[in-house]
Amino acid sequence: MMAGLQDIAAESTAQLLTGAWLTVQLTALAMLAGTALAFPLALMRTSRQGWLRAPAYGYVFFFRGTPLLVQIFLVYYGLAQFAAVRDSLLWPVLGEAYWCAIIAFSLNTAAYTAEIIRGGMLAVPRGEREAARALGFSRWQEMRLIVLPRAVRQALPAYGNEVILLLKGSALASTITLLDLTGVARTLIARTYLAVEFFALAGLIYLLLTLLIVRAVRLLERRWALPHQPLETVQGTRHGDLLS
Amino acid sequence: MNETPALLLGFGAQLAAGTVVTAALAAASLAGGLLLGIAGAAARMSRLRLLTSAVQAYTTAVRGVPELLVVLIVYFGASAAIGRVAALFGFTGFFELNPFLAGVTALSLTFGAYATEVLRGAFLAVPPGQTEAAYSLGLTRARAFRHVLLPQVWRTALPGLGNLFLVLLKDTSLVSVVGLDELMRKSALAVSYTQQPFTFYLAAAVIYLAMTAVSMAGIQVLERRAARGMGWSG
Repeated sequence: MMAGLQDIAAESTAQLLTGAWLTVQLTALAMLAGTALAFPLALMRTSRQGWLRAPAYGYVFFFRGTPLLVQIFLVYYGLAQFAAVRDSLLWPVLGEAYWCAIIAFSLNTAAYTAEIIRGGMLAVPRGEREAARALGFSRWQEMRLIVLPRAVRQALPAYGNEVILLLKGSALASTITLLDLTGVARTLIARTYLAVEFFALAGLIYLLLTLLIVRAVRLLERRWALPHQPLETVQGTRHGDLLS
Repeated sequence: MNETPALLLGFGAQLAAGTVVTAALAAASLAGGLLLGIAGAAARMSRLRLLTSAVQAYTTAVRGVPELLVVLIVYFGASAAIGRVAALFGFTGFFELNPFLAGVTALSLTFGAYATEVLRGAFLAVPPGQTEAAYSLGLTRARAFRHVLLPQVWRTALPGLGNLFLVLLKDTSLVSVVGLDELMRKSALAVSYTQQPFTFYLAAAVIYLAMTAVSMAGIQVLERRAARGMGWSG
């Protein structure tokens, strides 16, 4: 029969928190994988070799120019169209909504993060690179010891924004049957018809997670700040001069 | 391929129809979002403490909540509200907001929150000396705003607003979740008939890419126009 209102509230809250945990997992894993992928992409984008630059440009253009929803559907529903994929060793992974979501989010955030890192690299003063060369650094040493550390520092605020956008984008996991925070809210609503209440509650949890990310980025910024030098920030909108 | 007699297995016209709805949704939301952004920026810079903090709460909330959730909240929230009002007049049953209207509202709210910050930044970036100079030349407040302040705000805000439009264009796909027959949902329908998800989602992706490319070209034209006479382009 009808459970007490309090029981319903307690149970739904527990379910929402379970969903929030999945949201955090998806965001964190995609962030790690996407960032790992972003560095080689950024290096390719800034390379002097056309054959390295072109594929990275195409990659970034595709993933920033199409909706995340299309990308996640292409991975989850689209790949299953091919028998070769269904019969492959990868199917246990590619047939799972969980991994498909992480793959789509990682590929997507890698494109944005690569552009952010690239922006940071371009902001490194020429003189520092020239100094590295004058001291006899190899190209790789120059990149690893001079350019990237500075680029990462300068890109940090924009990167923080990207992580927030990734968190918000992870709500699309609910469109491929996953019970992340949004997914749980949607099922609770289908059962109780308390649409506004549960969506607002879910929204509040997202807001709290966003604030946590903002805090974490600020801490990192302070820790990595150069002495005697105010941080210049890289333009931080999601599309910061899109592929110019 | 021996089974493609018509464009995209005969679903070409459907996808084209969806593309038109997507473009209309993006255009209507741009208009609504710009209005909200202008109002938001004006309110944010006003001296009324209550107004500025209300706008701040709005921009913080919208920017911290997933766009998909905003779409769902507007759609179901507004439907519930309409239902309650209708109940007052004795109508019962489930009331549904038109998905297009819900989409325009949700996307305008999102665009407006980000645009508020972009426009505020652009206003603050114009040196106060510019307005002072305009006044000392005898321009009225309205003329100073129209001929001195506005062109400079526009030039500074344009790249940011252009980026927001590209985001908006892609976010239109989220309205498919509440049943609007735009490009994404038309593609999903084609998939359910043909069982060829990769083909149709890739086709949708290509159409979105084309719309993005066209928008970028348009934004660039506007930016060049706004920067004319500046001595440097772009």
